[in-house]
Parts: sequence; structure tokens; C-alpha cells
Amino acid sequence: MLRDTWLIFLRDMKLCLRNPTWLIIGIMQPLLYLFLFGPLMVTVVAHTPGFPSGNAWAVLTPALIVQTALFSGSFAGVGLLTEYRVGVVDRFRGTPASRSALLFGKVLAQAVQATAQSVLIVLVTLLVFDLDAPASGMLLSLAMAAVLAITLSSGSYALAMVLKSEAAFPSLMNAVLLPLLLLSGVLLPVTAQLAPGWLYNLARINPLTHVVDAERAAFRGDLGSTGLLTGSLVLLAMAALALVWGTRTFQKENA
Amino acid sequence: MITVRGLARQFTLRGRTVDAVKGIDFDVAAGELVGFLGPNGAGKTTTLRMLTTLLRPTRGSGTVAGCDLLTDPQGVRRKIGYVAQGGSTWPESKVGEEIELQARLYGLSRAEARRRGALLAERLDLAGLEQRPAKTLSGGQRRRLDIVLGLVHEPQLVFLDEPTSGLDPQSRANLWDHVRRMRAEQGMTVFLTTHYLDEADALCDRILVTDDGKIVAEGTPDELKAGVAGDAITVDVADRAAEAAEVVRRLPGAHDVTVVAETVRLRVPRGDSVLPELLRALDSHRITMTSVKVNRPTLDDVFLSLTGRSLRDGEAASPAMEATHAA
Ligand SMILES: Nc1ncnc2c1ncn2[C@@H]1O[C@H](COP(=O)(O)OP(=O)(O)OP(=O)(O)O)[C@@H](O)[C@H]1O
Ligand SMILES: [Mg+2]
Repeated sequence: MLRDTWLIFLRDMKLCLRNPTWLIIGIMQPLLYLFLFGPLMVTVVAHTPGFPSGNAWAVLTPALIVQTALFSGSFAGVGLLTEYRVGVVDRFRGTPASRSALLFGKVLAQAVQATAQSVLIVLVTLLVFDLDAPASGMLLSLAMAAVLAITLSSGSYALAMVLKSEAAFPSLMNAVLLPLLLLSGVLLPVTAQLAPGWLYNLARINPLTHVVDAERAAFRGDLGSTGLLTGSLVLLAMAALALVWGTRTFQKENA
Repeated sequence: MITVRGLARQFTLRGRTVDAVKGIDFDVAAGELVGFLGPNGAGKTTTLRMLTTLLRPTRGSGTVAGCDLLTDPQGVRRKIGYVAQGGSTWPESKVGEEIELQARLYGLSRAEARRRGALLAERLDLAGLEQRPAKTLSGGQRRRLDIVLGLVHEPQLVFLDEPTSGLDPQSRANLWDHVRRMRAEQGMTVFLTTHYLDEADALCDRILVTDDGKIVAEGTPDELKAGVAGDAITVDVADRAAEAAEVVRRLPGAHDVTVVAETVRLRVPRGDSVLPELLRALDSHRITMTSVKVNRPTLDDVFLSLTGRSLRDGEAASPAMEATHAA
């Protein structure tokens, strides 16, 4: 199974690196956010009371990392549906290769891609802007981005195989992602001081909020904080659930 | 090599059920080359997807290559190869990569995967295309790549779903040769579906004729044809077709006499032995013939007599098949 996972991982990585559109979009998107949205954020943070403490870039960068991992992971299923349509998925499913390995290989490739994007974001903010964060915190946040990509891509692949519709999948994904994203405080932190009570409470139920909080805590260097612990636990729980769902869907006899 | 009992598959679409396969039984011995012949929607692909563990049967059981379909699907997958009807290649992947990965997913080492892949690609006229993305191949080349992907691990049993659709006559003949050769050299068992009567006729030891989810007949091509009542004779006359029909109706064993415009058709047990008598009889009535044709029964006739409709209804016949008919 390890070998099969590795083979599928290599295939997906090779195809991804060969696709210039993906590379350019994957690099450009976070850069656009950094350059066109980042400076605004710095001013806003400086003038608004009730923001999480710390340097403005330390608030924005982890959010961007989460957002990037969230989007690239969530839409992984689109690619799978295309592969399904042209018969590649059935061909792989017809081989003795473990069907979980099929999932793991793809998920792993997604994780590597998200991590690479995150590294790029961190490097640019370090070199171009005045990000001030401890190395240990940044490494931890990269690891969390990888786990988040694993979670979302695994869930995305499972949902794609359940829906089996190239038309319905992206719309459904968008419908799910938008409230999840707005309520997670990725763009503007949903803190008790800034948000009305009901909004704040809604945001607290959103598991993604805790992941964003944990990422920010890591960037602040708050490695012992409860926020970081809660966020990591929530993330790990989500990853476990998504992987179980993905594995079960992939192993199902009918597809 | 294959034993199937009561195999059935139902699809439910928006509350409506479709019985794609309605409980079929058949056996295929090791080394046999069996054709699954039937019109569009007969349930051929659905049957193949069940036999290759891609689809779970609603009912029934089966053993494929010694492994139980329901309890040991992994065992089945290890031993078989499958070429799907709709293709199986990723447009951006390179030909060589696809072949190598496929072989390696069957557990072959990289070196062995490359060796067998190169050999097979060569045999199916794909040599030199290894570095090309699949999307740049012609339809026929892509079809041959599908076939390479299904055979590269040298399975003892292979399922081919309309393997020659989209191939030109030369590639078709080439593929037939290859299938025959693999059977001869490796004792491979082949189970293929086809619409093409000439293909089933030329290639298969045995044919299962299927229609509407059921197997309606089974036998060697010759056995099936023998079941049809005799050879077809077609006579074109200059005029007096109705009178000609009366004359031929009196020939020994003649039946199913029909007249369409200036053409008289009839069936007789042995066309070649009746022909001299037919010519004499029409001549003695001074009926002028413009042409006379004797056709051995074809599988199309078999299908027609079994189901009451032509296999070719609404389908484009292959050019090679037209040639057979005219012969
Ligand atoms: N996923 C599905 N959902 C609903 N109905 C299906 C599904 N797959 C096949 N069918 C139906 O089952 C029947 C048999 O289909 P199948 O693809 O097995 O036919 P076939 O013999 O391979 O035909 P063809 O010669 O056109 O390839 C058809 O009526 C088809 O519409
Ligand atoms: Mg079919």
C-alpha cells in the first residue's frame, strides 16, 4: 500500500508540475492577496481596537495560509471528477493497487502543493514585508496547513465520488465554503470586541475558526496557548474524520 | 476461468429502476476466446464492470480466474486485465508514463514495466510515441494505448469492451492478430464484447448473444448460423417478379419467399445445390434475370431470427461487415 500511495503521489505531482496554469495561479493568488490586500490590512489593524495582539503581518499571513490550503484542498475533487469522466479512476480501481492508496497518494500530493504555497507566502512576507514571527511557530503553522489540506482534499475527493457530478460539485463546494470562510475570521478576525454576540457565537462553532486561531497563535509564538491546543485538536479530529470518510468512499464496491 | 450464476444488476435513477442485466448464467473455459455480442444497451458493459469488480451485482454470484467475485475482489483484480469501452487515458499524461505506472500498479518493477511496455507498444504500433501526451494521439492510437494498458501486466484473463471501436480496418486486423497470438503464446483467456458480427465471427471460439439483459443464444459461430433456416438466395429479374416468385416457390425446400420490386428473396437449405435448378426453372419460364446471389447465413440473420430485429438497426455497420455481406 505504501508503494501504491507513492506511485500515485508521484503521478499527481508530476502532472501538477507540468501544468503551467496551475503553477502560475497557485503562485499568483497568494501574492495578489499579499500585495493588494496586505497593506490595507496593516492600516486597519493599526487603527482598530480589539484586534488580536501582534504585528499585522502575523495576523494576515496565517490567515492567508489557511485560505490557500482551504481552497486548493476543497476543489481537489474537481480534478478527480474529470479523471473519473475520462476513465482513469476506473482504470486504477481495476488494478490490484489498494483503493485507499489511491486516495492517500492524491491527498499527499495536495498536501505537498499546499505546503509549497504556504512556504512561498511565508517567504514573501518575511522578505518583502516586515513579518515578525518565531521560526518554530512558522514551522508549526506550515504543518497545520499540510494537515488542513489533507483534511479538505480527502473530504473533497469523498464528496466528489458521492456526487459524481462535475456540474453540481463546484457549486456545492462554493456554497459550503463561503459561510465557513466568512465565519472563520480569515479576512477579519471575528473577535468578541468586533463582532455582535450572535456572530461571535456562530464563529465559535465553526471548526475552521479554531484552526485560524491556532495558526495565529503559532505566528505570535504563543506555543503554550489554549487556542493553539484547541485548534490543533480540532484540526486533527477533522483530519481523522475526513480520512475515514474518504477511505470508506474509495473502498466502496460501486463507483 | 469464468463461472457466472444468476448475475443481475439493477440501476435506480430518480425512483425508476432499470434492469440492465437480468440474471445471466455462463461459463468460460481457460484459453477460450468468447465474444459477447449484442445491440446497444443490451447490458454488455454492465456485465463486464461486474466481472471486473468495478460494479457490485445486485444479485447472483460468480468466480473469475479462480477468485470469488463477491468475497475476493482483490484476487480477481490481480489476475485480470480490463479495457473499458470509453477509454482510460489522462490527456496530459505521457504515453510511456501511463504504461509504466499501470504495470507498476500490478506490482511489476520499474525495469520490467518499461521492458514489457516497450514491447507491447511496439506490437500495437505505438513505438516512438512514448514521450507524447495522450491528448496528442489520434483516436485509434489512443484506443491502442487503452489496449496496451489492459494487457501490459500479461493477465491470464482479459476483458475487452469493444476493443476495436474507432480502429481502421488495418489496426483492427492487427489487433485481432495480436489477441490470437497472445492466446496462442500465453494461453490467455479473452472475453470481449462487440457489435461487429464479422469480428465475433472471425475471432471468437464461442459467442454469447445477448439482448435486453439476457443471453438469448450461445454457441460457436457455425452452430449459431446452422440454427438459421438455410442460405439466402437473392434474384433480380428484369420484370414479372411476381411470376418469378411463384416459380421459385416450387423449388425443393424453398421458403420465406418475398418480393420487393424487381427482387425476389428466398431461403433454401443448401443454396449452392439449388442454384442450377433455380436458373433452369426461371429460364424455362422465359424470365430474364439480371443477377443472382447466394449468401451463407450471417450472425445478423442469427440475431434477426432470435430477436425479430436486426442487430444493425440504427447502427453504423462496419465497412468490413458490409464487405462480408456483399461477398
Ligand atoms: N449508471 C447507470 N445508471 C442507470 N442506468 C444505466 C447505468 N449504466 C447503464 N445503464 C443502463 O443499463 C443498460 C445496459 O447498459 P450497458 O452500458 O451495459 O449496455 P451495452 O450493452 O454495453 O451497450 P453499448 O453497446 O451501447 O455499449 C442501458 O439501458 C443503460 O441505459
Ligand atoms: Mg457497452
